Parts: sequence; C-alpha cells; structure tokens
Amino acid sequence: MHPLLAIKHLNKTFTMHILQGKIIEALVDVNFEVAKGEIIGLTGKSGSGKSSLMKCIYRTYLSDGGNINYHSNDGIVDLVALNDFEILHLRKTEINYCSQFLSVIPRVTALQVVAQPLLKKGIESVIANEKAMYILNSLGLPEALWSGFPVTFSGGEQQRINVARAIIDPPKLLLIDEPTASLDPTTKDVVIEMLLGLKKQGTTIVCISHDDYTLDHLVNRRIHLEKGIIIN
Amino acid sequence: MKHNSENWLLKVEGLTKIYGTANANSIEKTGPLYDSNICPETNAIVACADINFELFPGEVLGIVGESGSGKSTIVKMLYFDMEHADGSVFFNKEPYIGKNILKESNQSKRAIRNHLMGMVYQNPRDGLNFKFTSGGNIAEKLIMAGNYHVGTIRDKATNLLEKTEVPVLRLDDLPAHFSGGMQQRVQISKAIANHPPLLFLDEVTTGLDVSVQAKVLDLIRELQQELGIAMIVVSHDLSVIRMLTDRTLVMKNGRIVEQGLTDQILQDPQHPYTQLLVSSIL
Amino acid sequence: MIEENKFATHYRFAFIDEATKREIRRKLLKAIAIPGYQVPYSSPEMPIARGWGTGGLHVTLAIIGPKDIFKIIDQGSDASVNACNLRNFVHTMTGVETTLDTNKATIIQTRHRITEEVLNKNQIFVYQVPQPEPLRSVERYENKTRQMHGEADYAKMWVSLYEQYVRHGDIMLGAGYPVKVNGRYIMAPSPIPRWDIPNLNNSEAIHLFGAGREKRLYAVPPYTKVEPLEFEDVKFHIEDFKGIPCFRTGYKKAFLDELYYDDGSKHYVINDSNFLDKLANKETPIQHENAYLNKLDHEA
Repeated sequence: MHPLLAIKHLNKTFTMHILQGKIIEALVDVNFEVAKGEIIGLTGKSGSGKSSLMKCIYRTYLSDGGNINYHSNDGIVDLVALNDFEILHLRKTEINYCSQFLSVIPRVTALQVVAQPLLKKGIESVIANEKAMYILNSLGLPEALWSGFPVTFSGGEQQRINVARAIIDPPKLLLIDEPTASLDPTTKDVVIEMLLGLKKQGTTIVCISHDDYTLDHLVNRRIHLEKGIIIN
Repeated sequence: MKHNSENWLLKVEGLTKIYGTANANSIEKTGPLYDSNICPETNAIVACADINFELFPGEVLGIVGESGSGKSTIVKMLYFDMEHADGSVFFNKEPYIGKNILKESNQSKRAIRNHLMGMVYQNPRDGLNFKFTSGGNIAEKLIMAGNYHVGTIRDKATNLLEKTEVPVLRLDDLPAHFSGGMQQRVQISKAIANHPPLLFLDEVTTGLDVSVQAKVLDLIRELQQELGIAMIVVSHDLSVIRMLTDRTLVMKNGRIVEQGLTDQILQDPQHPYTQLLVSSIL
Repeated sequence: MIEENKFATHYRFAFIDEATKREIRRKLLKAIAIPGYQVPYSSPEMPIARGWGTGGLHVTLAIIGPKDIFKIIDQGSDASVNACNLRNFVHTMTGVETTLDTNKATIIQTRHRITEEVLNKNQIFVYQVPQPEPLRSVERYENKTRQMHGEADYAKMWVSLYEQYVRHGDIMLGAGYPVKVNGRYIMAPSPIPRWDIPNLNNSEAIHLFGAGREKRLYAVPPYTKVEPLEFEDVKFHIEDFKGIPCFRTGYKKAFLDELYYDDGSKHYVINDSNFLDKLANKETPIQHENAYLNKLDHEA
C-alpha cells in the first residue's frame, strides 16, 4: 500500500540576490511519509521550516533536490519534477492549500468566497450557496455577515471563512496552516470535528499548528521541525 | 483525468520584434544582462526576443514587467496590432491548426481577430469608437462575425452590458459620456461579444480609481470563471497579476527572465530581477 | 468670342489627347472587370472647374465616337444650365448628334438621377460623382478605406446604418444609398435618390462612374447584382409619394419634383423631363421594372 506522500531528501534554500546573494537554508534533508487518511501535525518554532515544507508540497516553493512522491489519481508522481500545468491540474482536482490568513479579494461576499470552489467546478449556485451556508452556520458565522465583505471582518471571522472554503469541496490531500488560530474554544471544536469528518471521507491532512489542544484532538502523528530538520 | 500536454490553445515560439536594422549580434548584446534593449552596434531596438510560452484553454497567463520590458509588444503582435514579427505563433483552432498565424494573409488575420480573439486596451479610445453608441460598438463585433439582424444584435448587446454591469439604459448612449470604469466595461463587453476562446487584457485597470479597479478586476475574474476564456493579462501591477492569473511570465528588456506558477513567482522568486520586483510591492 | 477663338480651329476629337483617352479607357476596362472597385485615374484638366462634372465628362469624352448619340441630364432635366452647357461642349468637341430622347441616345451622362425609361443593351450610362468613397463618412483616411475595401471589412459602414436606425427609427440616407456590387465591393452610386437604386440591379446597360475631383473611376457591368445594404429586419425602401399624381400627366408611379408657384400653391411633377414630355405627348415609354414599386402603400 503506497503512502499518499513520500518525501525523500527534500532540500530548500533561498538565495536572496537583493541581499548580495545571502543564502538561507529552510529545509535540510527532510524525509517522511504520510499514509492515506492520516492527519499529520507539523510543529516547531517560527522559522523552523513548517510553512516552507507545506509550500514545497504545494509547489509554491521550488524545491532544491529531493523528491515529493505523491500518489495521485493517475499514479505516483514526483511533485518536485512536474511541470506547471500538471501542478495546476492537481491543484484543481486533488490538492487544496489553506493558508494561515484569508486572502481577501475586494467585492466578493463571504458566502461567495466559501461557495467558490464548488462554483468553479460548475455546480449550480443554488446548491453551492446552500452548502456554504450550512458550513458557515456550523462554524458560527452570523448570517448577517454572509453578504458582507471579509476585508472588514475580524481575524476570527476571516479564519472561519478561510477554513470553510478549504473544506467545502473535500480534496484528496489538504494542506492547512493553523486551522484553529484566532478561534474561540467552541469553534475550535467544530473545526476539529469538520476536519475529522473530512478524514472519514478519505481526505489526507497535513496541518501546521501551535495549539496543543488541536494537535491532541486532531492529528494521528506529529512531526517536529527545528531549523529545517526533522527532530523526532 | 490527466493533464494533456498537447491540448494547448496558443503556442508561441521564438517571437521576436526588432525595430531598425539588426545584425547578428543585436539579440546577443541586448537584454537583462546588458540592462538595455538597444543594440550597441546598430542602434536597433530589440523590443522582445526569443519569447516562448504556451497557453492552455481556460488558463489565465500574466505577463509582468516594467516599461520597456516588451510585455505590451507581445500582446500587440499576437493581436496583429503590430506587423513584421519574427517567430511562430500557433493557434489550436480550425482552420489554423498547424499554421504559423504570423504568416497568414491579412484576410485570415482579420478573421482570427474577429472570431477567435478579444482585446481590451488600457485606453478605451483604442478599443472603442467614440462616435458610435455603446450598443453600436458591440454591434461592430457582432456584425464582423456575420450577424445582420438588428433585433438580435440589440438583444445580445443588452445581455453583454448586463453581464458587465453597465446599466442597460445606456445601450444607445455614447461612451464619451461614461466614466472611465464604465468605458472599460463596455470595452470588455465588446471583446467577449463573439465568445472568443482567447482574450487579451493590456493594463486594463491602470489609471482607474482604486474602487473602480476592484470592480473591473472582479468582473474579469467572474467572466473568466463563467465563460472559461483563456486570458493573457499584461500588467506592471503584481497585485493584479496575483488576483487574476494562474501562471506568470516576468519580463525585462524584452526577454522572459522567469516563468512559473503565479504564487511561486510571488513567494519564491528565483531570478534577481523578479526578487527585486516582488520586494518592491508597496 | 473667346470660346470661338480658343476652340473653333485646332481641337482634337473629344478635346482630350489620345494618350489620355487611352489611359481612361484602360482604367474603365479595369473598372468593368472589377465591378464596384474604385480605379484611380489621371483626371486631366478640363475647361470647367472641379465639382462641376469633370469626372462624367472624362468618361464621356474617352468613350464617345462619331456615330454616338449623346444625351445629358442634370437632376433629371435636359434643360438645366449645366446640362445645356455640357451638351454644347460635347457637341462642339465631337460633332456628334445630341438628343433629349432617352430611348434614342447611346451615351447618357447624368448628374444624380437615373432615367425613368428603361435602359437597353446599346446604351452606356455615365454618372458624375462627387464622392466616390462610400466609407468616407465612417473613415476619413484613404489608406484605411482602401484597406477596408481590400479586406472586405465593412463593419463600420454597417454600424453607421445601425446607429441611424437606433437614433431615428430608420436608415436616414436619402441620396447615394450605399450598395453592394456583385457581392463584393460596397459602392457609392452617386447621390441618386433611393428611387433609382433598384434600377442599377441587373441592368442591360453599362454603368460608368467618374469622380474627377477625387480622381476615381468605377463601373457596374451589365447584368450585375447590385443590392442596397439592409439588415434582415430593417429593410431598404424607396421614397413613397403616397399616390400623388403628376399634375401635368396624372401619372402616379414616377419620381416627383415639388414645385412652388408664386401664388404659394404646391404642384408635383415628374422629375425626368424627357419621360414627362413623352407621357404628356401620349407616348408610352417603357419604365424600369422596379421591384420596390409594388411595396408602396398606395395602389398603382
């Protein structure tokens, strides 16, 4: 049984040309595997490389050497070696990334932001909106805000929208950065439950979290990073 | 379903445009390494050289760069606003499959422009005829595609104005009386009137007020999702690129210095120039 | 006196020198070979000013022969000052027989009208044209209009018709309605009224157009399709005189002039002077078969 993700000897360095070519090592010889249906928690201090690791998987960062073998619907592929179009295809169909902060597009309402992944797929707006409303309701976002513009919302409200968008269309692999940050305890539980629900549907999750409560209730396994190296 | 790499819509190979007389060294001695477009030996201006890229159906490609980078030149050549380009451009639509459209007759080029491409310029005066009503401007595109029924033309034009959120009552008004944002939206209506598979947007929000800019960009994003049109978005503004595009080409002195996924370009830029651009975002 | 000194003794047949005549004829042949296409030509100096019919005169003088019978009308009338002067000039320069009778003429030069009486295959109809470029109203630049003709890119012309419809509820062009010739070129038929437009279509005669000031010749050969530009739902129509009869002949189916008498009374009379005379003399000239006549509101 192939793992969903098999990361081998992954390296990532940044060369800052505008700082006279200064080199920063973000990841050094990272190796680990993620089985299908697992929930992995990446932990470590700021700058330890957790976000870099997730971004390498999502291909926002270009890795310098190593492999990220991913078991896609069309067989095993090395995410490091795929071309742009193949990555875009995977992002549309199998892999979702939820960043730490909601990226706000002006003039798009909260409901539209959440419904968008379904609308993009061609699902009717009535059905998409219904599902979006259901999720936002579960996450405790007041109905009055559904037609508001998220740029005006608080951090916690934005985070709820962020998570809602990530889970409305369950992907094969979900990369999620700090899913429960800025949330009160009740909402935290709701989010954790929703993510566990995704797992039941077959989604594999890699998440970054500082929050022990979340890690305890959500993840199967933790991977700890320090200065770009896995310490376990 | 796997991604099919033969399924591209537009393929550009070796696209080059030089003003003046070039010699064998003109291309080699210009570009980002020399920080110049001007050939030191003949004073020829290399507007762009050796441009290679592919565009897939429904994809949004951004081209970013500063003045003199050649980004507008590329789009002008693809839309045949500019002549005498070297290189090859292949459009994967019948009856042009396998043909370098740069070498097609003027008649064919006109047909390609009318039926397969749309263009939105920075200045509405370049894309609209200010002597015609907004409906008349859209009608021009519809007539070029062979619609000679006034009733149908007006219905289609009304639909398009609704789609771009221009008040339908202004169908018979002259664009000269519209605000800048509305003029751009009429331009967009006109450009998509024939449901082209490819749309060019050349600095379409530069110069507009910020709130208007947001409205226009949002509209473009919505239309792209609804109609699945492939787009090439030219901008010097990285936030426009970030908002609209999947992939981006970064240009300097007429060359592509980096191309990749937009989020990679913005968050992990490799080339020194790209790093400079990205770090300069306010 | 001066005229007689200037022209009475040494003049060439038809005034223009043979080399220039040959050039005009060759251009006319080209024009006939490409119906509706404007051919640039030399437009030589004439003893009349530009804007007074030099183009029509060039064509007439290039093609006229000693056995031709020449007629000239100005807005339908043989008797206007300019028609008379030009007729006298052509006669003096060639010695050919002139006539007022449409049926008898072999060359008919006209300013802004086609004769009511039908043309036959022995006749050449020569038009004086002020503005040969039908697209001038939508595009001021000559190099652009040439390109538009070359690439059959007439969208702007169509849009201007659309705009007129939108603004006024109908296409407002009265004289010189643009036509499509042989399914290819859009042509300016000179400022003839809408009434005359259908008479260009499938005609038995040769129609030659001369624009002296703009230096262009064009032609419609016999049996050529000439269609007015119209939309599928906004169609071309001719002038409707609402069944008003000509006050001299009682005829209701010809293009009428409006006359004001000194006492303020208004009378309508047939514009084509020869057609009017023939009807007044109880003759039966054959009129053009005009398909649009039957579409008028009133009965015959």
